[in-house]
Amino acid sequence: MLRLDCLRSIYSELENSLVVTIMGAVAAELQSLGHRPNFFYLQHAMGLASSTGLGLAMCLPEQRVIVIDGDGSLLMNLGSLSTMARYRPKKLTHVVFDNESLLSVGGFPTATSTGTDLEGIARAAGVPQVTTVRNIDSLKAAVTDAVQGDELTTIIAKVEAKGPPAYVTDLSLLENRFQFRRHIQSLKRV
Amino acid sequence: MFASFIECQHMPVSLTSSKVIYDALKECDIRLVSALPETWLVHLIRLADDDPEVILVRLAKEEEGVGISAGAHFAGVKSAMLMQNHGFLASINGIVSFAHLYKIPLLMLISYRGSFGERDPWQTQGGNVTEPLLRALGIPYSFLDSVDTVKKRIQQAQTLSESSLQPVALLLTRDLMWEE
Repeated sequence: MLRLDCLRSIYSELENSLVVTIMGAVAAELQSLGHRPNFFYLQHAMGLASSTGLGLAMCLPEQRVIVIDGDGSLLMNLGSLSTMARYRPKKLTHVVFDNESLLSVGGFPTATSTGTDLEGIARAAGVPQVTTVRNIDSLKAAVTDAVQGDELTTIIAKVEAKGPPAYVTDLSLLENRFQFRRHIQSLKRV
Repeated sequence: MFASFIECQHMPVSLTSSKVIYDALKECDIRLVSALPETWLVHLIRLADDDPEVILVRLAKEEEGVGISAGAHFAGVKSAMLMQNHGFLASINGIVSFAHLYKIPLLMLISYRGSFGERDPWQTQGGNVTEPLLRALGIPYSFLDSVDTVKKRIQQAQTLSESSLQPVALLLTRDLMWEE
């Protein structure tokens, strides 16, 4: 399963949510499918995408928030699973693309390649809904269930360690950040 | 980094000063507080926990607070971070690679352990490097050292953080937080 195909299959859910992604391949691939003002790409600070999504979800409990995380990033901030589980915002969905690799820096294997089980960790941390998916149909169904449901959900999507040819896009970090905040403020005025 | 529960019961952390600090945060319209407990912060965290107007986020590690505060900022909610100086050390990549890189305002209240009067040997090394690191990172900082100036200084720090879109630090000192 390719991450790009995964993103394409869930794009319609992303369109209607506040989306926070990690850096590198995920950010470049999502932008290649079409950037939107409700997408924020955290192009560094590995591990903090989930914390950012949690902050958003706790401040805006009526808004659907989707975090797109990766195995390397999540392994850098496993405590975030326990903090998310502690507050378990109902409209927060946490998708983790697990390619068992630090792809953006040359493909070094992460601990999920030697058996670390992110689904088990998330479950044991107390995340109420956790699932692992290995094909597009299961991913799409899991994301749809999560978005229509009323519980914090972590979805581990096992994908191939393949990424785009380039990671830098023409969207500047600050442009993205100011656009994202302005978009959220415009939602609050509606 | 952490004091034991039993230890906390016998430590004369100033409730008066904690209330003055907390009231000043409320007057700045702070509506989310992230925290990782440490002895000097016990009353502040309890005040936030008891306050239905404030969202308290108890963290596993202080760096998470950078992401939480960024999310709050995007949501239009003013936030503050309560941490020990060793928690500040643990947050530095988040501060540089998120708050500085993306111009995110952070109001950081940092208990300044390991400075003059510190009895715990394990706090002393962090005390030595706190101010040099704040200067190296270009983070504007000041001290909360007297109840008379707490309100004004918190308000000024919060104002600067919002106008400059950057992290600003207030160091909570022993003179303010400790009664003995």
